[in-house]
Amino acid sequence: MRELSLNILDIVENSVKAEAKIVYIDVIAKDNVLTISIKDDGKGMSEEFLSRVTDPYTTTRTTRKVGMGLPFLKMEAEMAGGTFDIRSKLGEGTTVTTTFAIDHIDRPPLGDLGETMSILISNGDEVDYVLHFVFNETDFVFDTRELKEQLDGVPMDEPEVLLFIKNYIRENTPHGGLL
Amino acid sequence: MKSIDDIKAIRDKMQSEIILRDNTSGNDETRIVVGMATCGISAGARPVFNTLVEEVATRQLKNVKVTRSGCLGMCKLEPIVEVFVPGQEKVTYVHVDSEKAKQIVANHIVNGNICTEYLITNE
Repeated sequence: MRELSLNILDIVENSVKAEAKIVYIDVIAKDNVLTISIKDDGKGMSEEFLSRVTDPYTTTRTTRKVGMGLPFLKMEAEMAGGTFDIRSKLGEGTTVTTTFAIDHIDRPPLGDLGETMSILISNGDEVDYVLHFVFNETDFVFDTRELKEQLDGVPMDEPEVLLFIKNYIRENTPHGGLL
Repeated sequence: MKSIDDIKAIRDKMQSEIILRDNTSGNDETRIVVGMATCGISAGARPVFNTLVEEVATRQLKNVKVTRSGCLGMCKLEPIVEVFVPGQEKVTYVHVDSEKAKQIVANHIVNGNICTEYLITNE
């Protein structure tokens, strides 16, 4: 993937498929480490499935036999002096945590979190998302539960709302190309 | 810088539109669906999705939703965009990019002319 925000979009889709009600997305840059963590309250995985989940030939899908999302992310983290960790419990949810050395030449750029978040909320009101972004002076939280309150019945997935969200998050997660 | 309170202006505008819409229509919503699995995302589905949202929002198209789906099993044809217009057969566009996405909104969604050059061909 060209941007880590694309990986985020991809991995969160797993949470949605696992029937999560809420997904926490943390993007925290501190010292020289960028930590991206995705935590959901979905149905979780068995220990057996978890043990082979980063194998590209593991997938829950029946239409094809490969699943590249987690293997890509793991590879990208490990290529960039980072780490990959996944924890899961049946009935409780799954947490994926990756770290990257910010100054590593092979680290993909973070990219546009606004685009990623607006796409995530485009599938309606069923899943809530909390984005927490920390970089230098910026400490920003976006919570769809708060957004829904403001919208007062107007669906989040209206195109004009999505466009607003994209620009709103873009403006509030500045990293000047450093991440 | 935008604050979350700024959404209120959009909300007030949309609320009246939605009431109007609910009163006039049953289920006549047009849906534009973008394949957004690992294959779609790597092939460039995200800019396609965002172009579609921008076009629909800035043209103020009513009753049109842009949404995403998973993998359709035709990964080599990604980015794939499906258009569902009520009462018509589904139309599937393949190898879509931002430029094609603009054309799809202008020609298909607004004017009702399917962009035949972006459909699946016998490659």
